[in-house]
Amino acid sequence: MSAVRMGLNGDEKPHVLAVDDSVLDRKIIERLLTNSSCKVTTAEDAHGALELLGLADGQQNFSNTVSDVNMIITDYCMPGMTGYELLKKIKESPTAKEIPVVVVSSENIQTRIEKCLEEGAEEFLLKPLRQSDVKRLRCHLTKDGNPTDEGMLCVGR
Amino acid sequence: MDAVAQWRNQWFDYTHYLRREGFLDDQFAQLKKLQDENSPDFVVEVVSLFFQDSEKLLNNMARALEQNVVDFKQVDACVHQFKGSSAWIGAMRLKNVCINFRNYCEAQNLEGCLGCLQQVRQECLALKNNLENLFRLEQQIVAAGGSIPVME
Repeated sequence: MSAVRMGLNGDEKPHVLAVDDSVLDRKIIERLLTNSSCKVTTAEDAHGALELLGLADGQQNFSNTVSDVNMIITDYCMPGMTGYELLKKIKESPTAKEIPVVVVSSENIQTRIEKCLEEGAEEFLLKPLRQSDVKRLRCHLTKDGNPTDEGMLCVGR
Repeated sequence: MDAVAQWRNQWFDYTHYLRREGFLDDQFAQLKKLQDENSPDFVVEVVSLFFQDSEKLLNNMARALEQNVVDFKQVDACVHQFKGSSAWIGAMRLKNVCINFRNYCEAQNLEGCLGCLQQVRQECLALKNNLENLFRLEQQIVAAGGSIPVME
């Protein structure tokens, strides 16, 4: 029940963008990710995340930033733009839509989960996250915005 | 029995007590597992952040509940955030008070909310003291040349 191969070069760490308005959550999620050998960038809101991805209104799309991110983890409940709205914006972007997005929430609301999955989220996880949750997410990671197609298996959960 | 063994025994007794009384649940043990030689102060930092955050949230809740026309949604938003943070550090009793608190917010029951706010403050203080005791015990173990046991 593990990924056969990551679609990444040997020792390159996957780059994950973690979005959460709580400084406490960001600190712990960052730790969980670095413990899973990921390089982490954090954003405290959806707008910050969009800027980092080169998708903010008025930004020229510099492909550098977008292709550098291998996965996005976002909180659902955020003031201003929610994680769901962020997910939609990412999936609407021709350049960013292939980046896997994982939504996390402290609330287990079925309709919320369904709409995120329908919108293209890879997974919807409940907080607090555990190391095992994050380790498992690695099977969703991509390289250069392309889904890994080099014989990688993501078997079971 | 040498000093390290004594301190370690005290640590086991204390952590069992904290678990039994519901001050901390398994999530705290999970948090401790994230700490390593590269980040030896991780748990202490997280706990500090938690109490800083909670101070702000409690003040916001108190202010909101003092208004002539109480915005229960605003109070609820604070409690929601507080509950989330409590869950991250395994503060089970705090988390449970928050659940009640949210119910009172939804029912727009001012008295119930004020009661919960009081309870949250008390639980927070108790937890702070407990964690300070725990961290002190851990410092004693290390000072005596031992290593902190793994929390189950």
